[in-house]
Amino acid sequence: MSLVMTLASRNLFHDRLRFIATLVGIVFSVVLVMIQMGLFLGFGRMVTTMIDHANADLWVLPKGAKCFEDPSLLDVKLRDKVTSVDGVASVVPLVIGFSDWRLDSGEMTPVLIIATDLKDDALLPWNVVEGDVRELSKSGGVAVDRSYFDRLGIKGLGAIAEIRGRRVKVVALTDGIRSFTTTPYVFVDLKNARLYTGTFPNRASNLSIRLKPQANRAELIEAIRAQVGDAEVLTSDEFRSRSRSFWLFGTGAGAALFAGALLGVIVGTVIVAQTLYSSTKDHLSEFATLRAMGSSNNYIYSVIIYQALLNAVIGFILAAAIGYVVVEMTAKSALPIVITPWLVAVLLALTIVMCVSSGIVAIIRVVRIDPVTVFMR
Amino acid sequence: MNEIVIEAKEVKKTLGKGAGQVQALRGIDCTLRRGELTLLMGPSGSGKTTLLLILGCMLTPSSGTVSICGTSTSNADTEALARIRRDHIGFVFQSYHLFPTLTAAQNVQLALDIRGEYGRAAARKAREALGLVGLEQKARSRPGGLSGGEQQRVAIARALVANPSVILADEPTSALDSDNGRTVMRILAETAHERDRAVLVVTHDPRVVPFGDRIIEIEDGILVNETSDEPDRLRLPKAAASGP
Repeated sequence: MSLVMTLASRNLFHDRLRFIATLVGIVFSVVLVMIQMGLFLGFGRMVTTMIDHANADLWVLPKGAKCFEDPSLLDVKLRDKVTSVDGVASVVPLVIGFSDWRLDSGEMTPVLIIATDLKDDALLPWNVVEGDVRELSKSGGVAVDRSYFDRLGIKGLGAIAEIRGRRVKVVALTDGIRSFTTTPYVFVDLKNARLYTGTFPNRASNLSIRLKPQANRAELIEAIRAQVGDAEVLTSDEFRSRSRSFWLFGTGAGAALFAGALLGVIVGTVIVAQTLYSSTKDHLSEFATLRAMGSSNNYIYSVIIYQALLNAVIGFILAAAIGYVVVEMTAKSALPIVITPWLVAVLLALTIVMCVSSGIVAIIRVVRIDPVTVFMR
Repeated sequence: MNEIVIEAKEVKKTLGKGAGQVQALRGIDCTLRRGELTLLMGPSGSGKTTLLLILGCMLTPSSGTVSICGTSTSNADTEALARIRRDHIGFVFQSYHLFPTLTAAQNVQLALDIRGEYGRAAARKAREALGLVGLEQKARSRPGGLSGGEQQRVAIARALVANPSVILADEPTSALDSDNGRTVMRILAETAHERDRAVLVVTHDPRVVPFGDRIIEIEDGILVNETSDEPDRLRLPKAAASGP
């Protein structure tokens, strides 16, 4: 094995204080990028959680609806038109809208009502840990997530509250259905939802469509489009993409997360570049000796690049450990940080690129080394 | 006559720019041969280090030609000069220039490493080279744990290990006491005679004179005298013969 690695590691570990400072810089940078990107992924997942859990192949949305929570409404008569299309198995209207939950103390808190016909399982609460979803059809039955007890001022199953002045009773509890907006989701029956959200009986937020097996999806989409006029027909993937695009980029949230990640990369690059340059400067006489001995420039570059790679790998391992802890800590939060294997791979590549490109400044310095200096001291 | 490994013809070198310009070498002809230890002597500022740098492919002459083992250095770029150094020249520096974080063996092995020789074979060669200078038992020591004389012997082992045709030594004894100085010069003389290398030692230390097979004296950038222990090698350079 070449001594390049030995030389690089000795150069790096020789000044431990500087090495630690470099690692702190890299870890800070990578963790910052990791959290920003993890938030981005987590946010991306949270904004589509309802679409992900809906039992739908296609969606009919009011024209221009930007996301699942969009307040615009469409005519529920479209349901009959779509149902008439050959190949459609079922069409279920959903009502989604904001309402007010009144706590025992008299305080009001906003909630997002999610409702569908309970006879179809287009979008029923999932992860039910207590109670029975079928009870939602009874007057005033609601299902909430147990993480919102404090927010809703309730203690558990059977709790009584008011939505828009109407008495409701918690009949089912879920685990992990959290809203990225901090506004709790409240699942109710379709009929009650209209009362709680002020939606007329002939209006719905959207229609979820299930197709018959072996149906030709592309042809059916065209056929449904011909039936719904101005309304839009989207696949679940398209609806997810539109919702994600709106919340992440339409609101600027995604841009802010990316800006934070970019800042992390810049900070990391500058810190690594500065410390590598400083380390290289300290070892200039050694590099000059190598040059005097006849070493190629590439040999010297490889020493610097190996130093950068060592920085990257060690820094990344530490950052990944911190990232793991952060992921665990935020798993049950309103906005969990999601780190996928793909993100880990990208971050590793990014860390390596960041550290190696930081070595360019040091390499530029080394290129100017005159081996004659070896004879001057 | 031994094979010529370095040949310099009419070498001139001007250093600096404008008013600070100095003509360091004013037309040097010289040769280095295998099996011969040549001493290059002269007072400070005489041009001996500049000549060493030119013969060692660190500098290129302003005019004149230098060839190393038949390869001309004219028009060679810095990378080509580095390749010539790597292929043909071993250096011994006044301040040793060992790598403080590497062991003695690794310091020696480094000269093979830059030539693309790795692994056990390289490690064995490094140990053998340390054996040649009597330091095999110090192979695992770092330079900080070695005396000045030992460090210079490690530096000589590093210069020898890749089997170069020429060893160029810059004031190798100036930082050493008499005993260590003699040891270092004896090793360099053995390198020249027993390993058939051309060895050039730049020095102003009169104690090393007995070790030289040939002594070249330089003054004001001109070779003023050349003496040899073999009468047929003795000649005066053209510049000295024609006077200042």
